[in-house]
Amino acid sequence: MSNLLELKNVTKKFKTGTVALDNLSFAIDANAPSIIAVAGESGSGKTTLAMMALGFLDPSEGTVLYKGKVMGKLSGAERVAFRKEVQAVFQDPFAVYNPFYKVDHIFEVAVANFKLANSRTEARKRIEEALVSVGLRPEETLGRFPHQLSGGQRQRLVVARALLLRPQLLVADEPVSMVDASLRATILESLRKLKDDLGVTILYITHDLTTAYHVCDHIIVLYRGAVMEAGDVETVIANPQHPYTQLLIDSIPWPDLTRKWGQQELVAIDDITIKATQKGCKFAGRCPHVMEKCWQSPPPLYEVAGRQVASCYLYEDKPVLPNEELGSLFKGQVKAPTGQMAHG
Amino acid sequence: MIKTPGRISGGQILLGDTDLTKLSEEEMRQVRASQISMVPQGAINSLNPVMRVRDQIIDSMLDHNLGLSKAEMIERANAALEAVELNLKVGRMYPHELSGGMKQRACIAISIAMSPQVIIADEPTSALDVVTQRQVMQTIGRLQERMGSAVILIGHDMGLMAQFVNRMAVMYAGSLAELGSVQDIFTHPLHPYTQMLIESLPVLGNRGVFKGIPGITPLLRDLPPGCVFNTRCPHVMDVCRHKTPVFKEYTPGHWAACHLHEK
Repeated sequence: MSNLLELKNVTKKFKTGTVALDNLSFAIDANAPSIIAVAGESGSGKTTLAMMALGFLDPSEGTVLYKGKVMGKLSGAERVAFRKEVQAVFQDPFAVYNPFYKVDHIFEVAVANFKLANSRTEARKRIEEALVSVGLRPEETLGRFPHQLSGGQRQRLVVARALLLRPQLLVADEPVSMVDASLRATILESLRKLKDDLGVTILYITHDLTTAYHVCDHIIVLYRGAVMEAGDVETVIANPQHPYTQLLIDSIPWPDLTRKWGQQELVAIDDITIKATQKGCKFAGRCPHVMEKCWQSPPPLYEVAGRQVASCYLYEDKPVLPNEELGSLFKGQVKAPTGQMAHG
Repeated sequence: MIKTPGRISGGQILLGDTDLTKLSEEEMRQVRASQISMVPQGAINSLNPVMRVRDQIIDSMLDHNLGLSKAEMIERANAALEAVELNLKVGRMYPHELSGGMKQRACIAISIAMSPQVIIADEPTSALDVVTQRQVMQTIGRLQERMGSAVILIGHDMGLMAQFVNRMAVMYAGSLAELGSVQDIFTHPLHPYTQMLIESLPVLGNRGVFKGIPGITPLLRDLPPGCVFNTRCPHVMDVCRHKTPVFKEYTPGHWAACHLHEK
């Protein structure tokens, strides 16, 4: 088993009746590091997925496997290893710090808990290396309090902390959504470097398809807990097949005067919860191409093109990819982005 | 609404013929919401969690002594809800029952209930996903056309600017860098900061190419001498380090403050 993390037919229901994730399966291969985007609007279940990958939430149905073992049944030592190998970067670069401690604290705790260094000088050296690799100057950041640093610096410190632990998987939940536009590039660049230089697989959770397009290799588009479309990011964004992905891409305000915003008419949605009783496709209520059968049962994943699947009856004539094999789309190397990340 | 120790130390703010800086706090309070209103950034933090949406719309009308009966105010509140395409039953709901986009539209309903001449929208969609964002901006755009008000959209999302505004002003460290029609600014940006802002935007194609703006904005209480952008400008010249550029009109309606264009 080379799967680092595997979700098997995972469903998460909350007590309120909300179905946050509905029969989701996918696997992350440890041997082929890549950046996988999980995209979707608020309420699509992307954060629930992150929490589950981090072991903070248990699925209501199905299993989450870490290196082939059920997450809830890891031994003590395995759990420690899991905590070291799977790291997180969260959305809010303010809330992750305790304002009473200097920022060094987040590094010191990690060093102590995982016994990363034998002496203080060694620890210091390791921390400084991590900071330099995300483009921060140790003398400008260490010894400061969180409020003395900018949002971009704070977020990069968290990335540096993750890097210090040499993880195999990084779960990044909207890492740049609260950071100023001009600083996003630097953070995204650090993430890419993590993957390229250290072979870390990154689960990049976002609602921003433009940044996903630029940093990720693969993408999963979620809507209300179900996979709508998945595949290589380049094909999915340039050539979306599912009506929901088309709507998302159509709604991006491109900084281009010749490209008009929103060709597609919007179907307003005013109810926030989707009823657990809705049987068919979750998107049926908003879909411009809705058909009778969309209300009957959820569509399977159809292989609309090589390495691209869409859960939509419009592609009924295409072969079906079993739900459990979604992870197979993300294996093997894809064409790397052509350009180099540049500054200024 | 400047908090102490901040104060308005000079200049005028004209709304029609009235200088708003000369008004007393009580007079200004009457101007707010009725003539000039605001759509705040975080709708979640701007609504009162223990008050129904319709009561919050009526609340500002009550404060303005419009001399309306209860029924007339409810009618106006319902009209405002309709204008932002919210179901009338939303008026009876509490903020926690609404989705992010609905909350933002409820905030818009509050701000337009008295048909103000100017609506200031401060990053009204920054916390929303693209589809909801488009819906909220469409609502603002339709209202603007219908009521004939002016909308001032504040934000850093240049994509949204390109798609929504007619004229735009680019600010840097407290001063105007450039002002012009959105066509002028996107096709012929004059100020290097504007150019870099536009280039820093991710576009489709050129995957993996990222351009940030190196450096950080200077502290407002410790601005560099000369042009405020001289510490980060790729075209910096000697003159930029000691002389502040004049904000001038270069082509009709297109203004900028940059030594590069001064002859």
